[in-house]
Amino acid sequence: MKNVLNKRNLITLVIIGVLFFVVQLLIKERIITAYMRSNIYWIGIYIILGLSLNMIIGITGQLSLGHAGFMSIGAFAAAVVLKTNPTLTGLFIGIGIGVLISLAVSFVVAVPTLRLKGDYLAIATLGVAEIIRIVLNNLSVTGGASGISNIKMLMSWPLLYTFVILTIFLTHNFKNSAIGRACISIKEDEIAAEAMGINTTKYKVIAFMFGAALAAMAGSLFSTTYYIVKPDSFGVNTSINILILVVFGGMGSLSGTIIATFIIGLVNIVLQPYAEIRMILYALILIIVMIFRPQGLLGSQELSTKLLPNFKWKRKEKSS
Amino acid sequence: MKKLISLLVAFLVIGGLAACSATSEEKADTILIGVNLELTGDVSVYGVPERNAFEQAVSEVNAAGGIDGKLVELVIYDNAYDQAKAVQNTEKLIEDGVVAILGSATSGMTMAIAPLAKENGLVVFTPSGTNSAVTMDGTVVNPYVFRSCFIDPFQGQVLANFASNDLAASKVVIMVNNGSEYSKELARIFTEQLNKNGGQVVETASYADSDTDYKASLTSLASKDFDVLFIADYAKNAGLIIGQARSTAGLETVKIIGPDGFEDPQLNDLAGGAQNVSNVYFSTHFSSLSDNQKVTDFVASYQAFTKAAGKEEPASVFAALAYDAAYMLFAAIDAADSTDPQAIRDSLESLPAFSGVTGDISFDALHNAVKPAFLIELNNGVAVNATIVNP
Repeated sequence: MKNVLNKRNLITLVIIGVLFFVVQLLIKERIITAYMRSNIYWIGIYIILGLSLNMIIGITGQLSLGHAGFMSIGAFAAAVVLKTNPTLTGLFIGIGIGVLISLAVSFVVAVPTLRLKGDYLAIATLGVAEIIRIVLNNLSVTGGASGISNIKMLMSWPLLYTFVILTIFLTHNFKNSAIGRACISIKEDEIAAEAMGINTTKYKVIAFMFGAALAAMAGSLFSTTYYIVKPDSFGVNTSINILILVVFGGMGSLSGTIIATFIIGLVNIVLQPYAEIRMILYALILIIVMIFRPQGLLGSQELSTKLLPNFKWKRKEKSS
Repeated sequence: MKKLISLLVAFLVIGGLAACSATSEEKADTILIGVNLELTGDVSVYGVPERNAFEQAVSEVNAAGGIDGKLVELVIYDNAYDQAKAVQNTEKLIEDGVVAILGSATSGMTMAIAPLAKENGLVVFTPSGTNSAVTMDGTVVNPYVFRSCFIDPFQGQVLANFASNDLAASKVVIMVNNGSEYSKELARIFTEQLNKNGGQVVETASYADSDTDYKASLTSLASKDFDVLFIADYAKNAGLIIGQARSTAGLETVKIIGPDGFEDPQLNDLAGGAQNVSNVYFSTHFSSLSDNQKVTDFVASYQAFTKAAGKEEPASVFAALAYDAAYMLFAAIDAADSTDPQAIRDSLESLPAFSGVTGDISFDALHNAVKPAFLIELNNGVAVNATIVNP
């Protein structure tokens, strides 16, 4: 791993760049319409949410049901800042504030609950998300129950793409770092991990805070994409929707989450004209996938450029 | 991070192809109107009657030959009370080539699509978004957003006038929910108007949204000298307060007034039984009790229409407001003699007073409906009387 600019990384960079310009061109030529674009925004934001939750559930094996709560922190932080400073700078300040508050709140939740083994975190996070929602409901700076409307729309393909790639980069590196490996060992067997000298509480807290911070970032992007934020957009249902992406794609698989988000985004597009039937079909699709792929679409595998044929560089490259 | 990228590409290509194939077919002899409603999710109870009423209005106008000889067609999308879906639906409707959008049912969803309406020059007409900010774009009016309902503050005025004039009350006590903007705003406007009428608010008692025991405040209110108790809240809390007031010495028969939040099938149960819900009055947008010919016709035809569609239901406030919104839009398209979205907007803004099932409606400078309110009297939990209070 000495050479950061090895061939495989170069291929990845090229793909990232090409994808960006292809989509940018399609948008410019209006082949991707405004409607498709807003669906791409949805997919991008939910990729960030899914990946961030995957850090907690898929990598570390701790069930969190309060992800929408951390998302709402970021959403309202950005909305409040954007009301006074409707520029990209304002958005970045909002993201920063949201991430910091989210880190603080997740730390307060994680330290006591993650000392315990078992599913305490699920209940605690469920409660925390409700607390956050009720606080937002009663806070005058966030507009109370009706929330904040007329938020400046700053979302664009370059902005979205930057944050999605940043998230993929961060989560991928987290997963493959020493911390990530420690987290995976906690998921596999907490007692064995402890016996190997891993401070399980510490790594669980780190993974939880990391996920919460990314969720806040996604929340900020959400508020600048959809014009309004209101506390009841971030209820248990939203948390469950994010959880679905992770389970559907395969716990622990980053590429699985991304593919799952694309598929669910496409399913939403296809089912859009069928109001009531949509919920049934949507549930049916999930059930069928879960019957045939109980481990999720990709299980814990990853799709990567490693799977591409190695052409002639194969001989030169000894290690990756 | 060398991942999954090829799949990303594949999906985007599929997405692009899907977008290409979805070209809208222009039909010259139909008028496409978009509908963006909460048909599933937490508030589908608002959206579904509104859709039924839209469909009924369209089938009626088509049966009568359409507008200027063109048939009307609805394109209906469900936003599931989710702002992301509401925005996506609106963009889809614009691509479908609709000339105006009816919806959404809630203030929140309407506010989510209002900026898009302005950006794309398309009318968004909400039947039931009552928040005063819905038609506003910051401090000025959003030229493309209209509504067929009155706004929350108006109810405060109507109730104060009703208390002063019809109930001859000069001293009022108010119970206000500290956790609800709706409640606080109503209480504030009510107090202002009552003072203007020469009345007086003897005391304002506040409580938290999660409270369920109001005995302490009610007992202390019972010792005060007043004519009317105003509970500025939804049935969830107001029902409990009514029930507990009726078992508080001194408040057994006091007149209770409230806003449209009282209109809830659960009110009687929350109040501990229908026998507790007497001498209760509330303001609302519509009542099927009215003997106005238009109302009785609508009540009958709506029931017949929903029966024919497979699920019979009585005409509700939401259906009535949506029915009026649809006909106001038809009238605007008719008057504009055009299906150009901009012409429709101009025509709607200058629409002369429209006589609908919820009363005579016109728009003020902020696109809020100026119209009468209905004051319903409840006796043993049943609506026995509807008084029309003009603005």
